[in-house]
Amino acid sequence: MADQSIPIGGSLDITPQEREPLLDRLHEWVVTVDHKRLGILYVLYALCFMLIAGAEALSMRIQLAVPNNHFLPPEIYDQFFTMHGTTMVFLVGMPILFGIANYVVPLQIGARDMAFPRLNAFSFWLTAFGGVLLYWSYIGGFGLYGMGNAPDVGWFAYAPLTTRPFSIGSSMDYWALALIVSGFGTLGTAINIIATTLSMRCRGMTLLRMPLFVWLMLVVSALTLITITPLTAAQVMLLLDRYLGAHFFDVQAGGSALLWIHFFWIFGHPEVYVLVLPVFGIASEIIPVFSRKAIFGYPAMVAASVGIAFVSLGVWAHHMFTVGMSSVSNTFFVLSTMLVGIPTGIKIFNWLATIWGGKVRFQTPMLFCIAFLFQFLIAGLTGIMLSVAPWDWQLHNSYFVIAHFHYVLVGAIVFNIFAAIYYWFPKVTGKMLSETLGKWHFWLFLIGFHLTFDTMHFVGILGMPRSIYTYEANRGWGTLNFIISVGAFIQGIAVLIFVWNVIRSLRKGKEAGNDPWDAWTLEWATPSPPPAYNFASDPVVHSRRPLWDIKHPDDPDWKYES
Amino acid sequence: MNREQGAHAARLTFLLILAAALAGPSAWADLPQQTPSIFAPASTPAYSIFGLSIFALAITGGIFVVVGGLMAYAVIRYRERANDDTSEPPQIYGSTQVELAWTVIPILIVVVLFLTTARIIFAIQDAPQPKDALDVTVIGHQFWWEFRYPKLGIVTANELHVPVSTPGDPQPTFLHLLSADVDHSFWVPQLAGKTDLIPNHPNETWIEPTHTGLYYGQCAQFCGVEHAKMLLRVYVDSPAEFAAWVKDQQQAAVNDPQVTAGREVFETHACANCHAIKGTGAVGTFGPDLTHLASRATIAAGAANNTPQDLYAWIRDPDAFKPGCLMPAMQLSDSDIHELVAYLETLH
Repeated sequence: MADQSIPIGGSLDITPQEREPLLDRLHEWVVTVDHKRLGILYVLYALCFMLIAGAEALSMRIQLAVPNNHFLPPEIYDQFFTMHGTTMVFLVGMPILFGIANYVVPLQIGARDMAFPRLNAFSFWLTAFGGVLLYWSYIGGFGLYGMGNAPDVGWFAYAPLTTRPFSIGSSMDYWALALIVSGFGTLGTAINIIATTLSMRCRGMTLLRMPLFVWLMLVVSALTLITITPLTAAQVMLLLDRYLGAHFFDVQAGGSALLWIHFFWIFGHPEVYVLVLPVFGIASEIIPVFSRKAIFGYPAMVAASVGIAFVSLGVWAHHMFTVGMSSVSNTFFVLSTMLVGIPTGIKIFNWLATIWGGKVRFQTPMLFCIAFLFQFLIAGLTGIMLSVAPWDWQLHNSYFVIAHFHYVLVGAIVFNIFAAIYYWFPKVTGKMLSETLGKWHFWLFLIGFHLTFDTMHFVGILGMPRSIYTYEANRGWGTLNFIISVGAFIQGIAVLIFVWNVIRSLRKGKEAGNDPWDAWTLEWATPSPPPAYNFASDPVVHSRRPLWDIKHPDDPDWKYES
Repeated sequence: MNREQGAHAARLTFLLILAAALAGPSAWADLPQQTPSIFAPASTPAYSIFGLSIFALAITGGIFVVVGGLMAYAVIRYRERANDDTSEPPQIYGSTQVELAWTVIPILIVVVLFLTTARIIFAIQDAPQPKDALDVTVIGHQFWWEFRYPKLGIVTANELHVPVSTPGDPQPTFLHLLSADVDHSFWVPQLAGKTDLIPNHPNETWIEPTHTGLYYGQCAQFCGVEHAKMLLRVYVDSPAEFAAWVKDQQQAAVNDPQVTAGREVFETHACANCHAIKGTGAVGTFGPDLTHLASRATIAAGAANNTPQDLYAWIRDPDAFKPGCLMPAMQLSDSDIHELVAYLETLH
């Protein structure tokens, strides 16, 4: 077990001050530039939006549970699937992952804060403002015509549905501005993480000794700089079309609907990797610790991550096999897409080899990671199926695609986000999350997930397109849709158990101590929660697992690492 | 595998799922049960795609069994046991040989799958159009389909008629896809993969149905509030049926003196601004051509049946079937609507 005399870290002996009044404490959270507090703010903000977007999803599932249902009118249904998608990608996925990175990256590299603490705070508040702006459309989106309200064009917002003749009112303006604003926040954070990892590492931590989570965040941040830019450009073009008489996407004046599709997916495909690469990092932290083994093939893992990011920039048109590209273009994007499978396969095999020969502990973080491994394998394989362009002509825009990307976004990303929260919650709060509630959360979420998203593959194969608010009974989709909806509610219950677990454990949770998981990276060398300055003295590391070296002085890692 | 076997295998493969799916609640329209499964192909491109998809499914399924099996084995075999000592397991940092092995094998799989895929892409997408192939121009509208047969002089909506193709008499139909407003997508799963209809970007696709019958499809690209009710039917007719249908559709509208009152309602109200009826003064193109409305089984792009009751309800308040559709309620009196319905019912 953990050696209590770890020489790194410890805290200065500062006598606890008297508890300040509530207003002062809240004010401190608003003006804070501490990376840990900002990380917590990001995560809380994202969890709030997760509940909202989850409620939207559940409403849609009630509507689709039986054929020809009248629970939601079509206008509201369209708004809900647009807001659900936009919220989950921009206000949940990215903020929660950047929030976790904000908290963990400086700790893992032995730094006292991010490189630019004020930029960090600015980025968070921009992101937060973007989210508020998007949801303000429910109140302010009516515009002069008394119609519009929230955006209702799908999260992909294909032109010309977004141009003024088809989107009267202000809803599209709220959508575009919200994404521009939160996009700038994301860019700020990405720049900050790059600067932090490149220049703030503690002594001895070479690039090839960085924890894989830090590596993945570095890669993701670089990818973010490339990928958010075309989205912002497209949003500006859309606003120019809508207000200044430009004709980028205005087909009635000779504009191009196809141009938007290209711009959107040049952003949209790498965006998937912006969301999934951080959770590869999370899995690469948790799986070794709970298998009690060093990560297998660290250099290959780094290379595969960089490789995935690079290839991901050249695959966007696999979202466009049905728009009528030439056979040669289609063939090119088949090949580039299939190539992604190779570095991704390498990662899966390395995680498998890490477990192989270890002593696997089935605590809640690891349970979520194991489910992630299986689900990500399936998501990858359905991705290969979709890359087979002729088959994609059938599967595109069907529920099979919805199933596939929710396997990535929920089965891989959300599962690992839960793993990360169970793993780092003790560090952040000093309290353990309840294992009993955690297991209830895990198993219910797992069952609900598979009921919902496994079944979606089949309705897609049976010809059900996405984005439809109702369907005819004679198509034979009714029973399967009912099962999907039941699964969705089981997931909802699981999330509520999770929320209860967080609230209850904050007050009554077991004390965590510095290093509850007997882990090996630097964040476990400081107290839980860490003091504002993180480390009392600057750590010095000699290998990828500094705490392993300290716990096993007879058999340190640096003897083996090249 | 020939086409018949392919279709047979598909039905067997998905028998269970279909059986589960068959038990749907009360019907929206009285229609025969038919699930538009991509694994029940009935047209040449759909067969090619089906064959390729089974190949891809076999490869990915094989990978899943092997890798998933190894994962399950590792997690169970290497679990921490109650009587384990507290020592750490041997630390293994990696192996170049193993990394190479699991890099090279996937590369080989990708090469095979890529070449197979490329062959089918070119076979379907670059198939030359035979000189005597039927041409149909498909125009997507919010929220209905316009079908024009330029060589035959026919204009109709929402229900496409094409001839069946037999080995002795191949009859492919080539579809030219246009959009009048926003993006749509033409998808009849049993006949072909989908192709989008994009304004200012003409597209093309083709079908070659091998079995007569009715095939369901619908718009597969979100196109606005009633995207869900932009339904699509393809009737694959025997050569004789198709010839009869063509002959019928080429006629001008029936002019039955018994329903003159209804015809006057149509021509003196705004109906004529959006709808055309060949042989009358109505030449609008914003809505579906109604010259042979009574020959169609559905109205409102499949949202309702073409019965006097539904037609009456539709004209009185289109939003009752399709909230948000672009046809306005014309505020006609009850008796006017009844006259109008009587007139429209004669347009065979």
